[in-house]
Amino acid sequence: MTRVVLDPTAEATPAVRERASRPADLTGRTVGLLDISKARGDVFLDRVAERCAEAGLRVERFRKPTFTKPAPIDLRHEIATKCDVVIEALAD
Amino acid sequence: MTLGVAEDDAEAMFERGWTDGLPVVPPTPERVERMLAGTTRTPDEVVAVVPPDLAECTVEKVAINAVLAGCRPEYLPVVLAAVEAACTDAFNMHGLLATTWFSGPVVVVNGPVTHAIGMNSGVNALGPGNRANATIGRALQLVVRNVGGGRPGEVDRATLGQPGKYTFCFAEDEAGSPWEPLHVARGLEPGQSAVTLFAGEAPRGLADQLARSADDLATSFAACLRTVWGPKAVLAFDAMVVVSPEHARVFAGSGWTRTRLVEELHARLRIPGAELVRGAGGIAEGVDPAWADAEIPKFRPDGLLVVHAGGGAGLFSAIVGGWASGALGSEPVTRPVGT
Repeated sequence: MTRVVLDPTAEATPAVRERASRPADLTGRTVGLLDISKARGDVFLDRVAERCAEAGLRVERFRKPTFTKPAPIDLRHEIATKCDVVIEALAD
Repeated sequence: MTLGVAEDDAEAMFERGWTDGLPVVPPTPERVERMLAGTTRTPDEVVAVVPPDLAECTVEKVAINAVLAGCRPEYLPVVLAAVEAACTDAFNMHGLLATTWFSGPVVVVNGPVTHAIGMNSGVNALGPGNRANATIGRALQLVVRNVGGGRPGEVDRATLGQPGKYTFCFAEDEAGSPWEPLHVARGLEPGQSAVTLFAGEAPRGLADQLARSADDLATSFAACLRTVWGPKAVLAFDAMVVVSPEHARVFAGSGWTRTRLVEELHARLRIPGAELVRGAGGIAEGVDPAWADAEIPKFRPDGLLVVHAGGGAGLFSAIVGGWASGALGSEPVTRPVGT
């Protein structure tokens, strides 16, 4: 005897988008540094910013309002518009 | 979805990834239909958008997960209210799910519905043995798992987790409480039923068997509350205090209202910065040394919830530590239970 059960899931398949390909080098690129607002993430990103400056790269700094929530869409759009690559800091 | 002729029902649920690790009740159309009879809402009504996948969740999907969890139909309005509350921006279920911390949604139920569906607010209120307590909290977790796509090890990144993430739901003991019900203290009407969701860890015990005055007992409570997250964390996490009847009697004997108790706890939890800075007391953890001369409150002003529950014997209460609080993380959310 066959039995029917109802599906408890959203029955949706998330759209998968390919990541942008990584540039071979960073010359002439703008590097976005995203601080997610976790404690001491700025320590890491300050050092990365120094290294980027030494390498002659343009750096844009960004900060999420809180680490507990996804980045607001406006912030994501701003990063995507201004930057070629992004480094995101998670720390504690 | 049709199960294979040779499939075992219980195994089939595990294999499809629909369970929390414990067996579930297969959601046959008949069971789901009976479950839907527990609410006046239409099956296709969207209840909430469930994180992390931000999936629209209908009444029917909640009902299917309530069947899986083992709910009776009359529990469904409470489950629906809990799902709605969890999926508000203020409660921030997404972050609560994703955190490495122990916390998960804790559901406190108030009002006439608690008696109507036979919830436990007394002996072993935070423990096993009551179907409504056990399955309502579990149904909420299954909705997040199955509809929202929030699974342990995937978006749920808890370092250790805790058993309350299977289910953590109980009723407040209103009849035996010296105070107004929690939902009334939070702005709803006494005759209403409501859920209050709190982002909490597992409960920890708090014993004081000698205090006979509210002053003494509050000081004992404050010393225990100080260790939420760690003894040097301030203005970071909230806490819920589940006050047992014997402890509540001590507070009531001194004429303390719920508001007075919360105020007195806050007053005892203003901590000299010198005790909190990094390295103080031989503990590396701590706040920036710039705060050494300040006096810092342990909790934000809205950061303490007091609930009355438990059996009649035992001068014990419970602390349920929270998670990143307020706009930074999660606000407790109270929502009426509908029909």
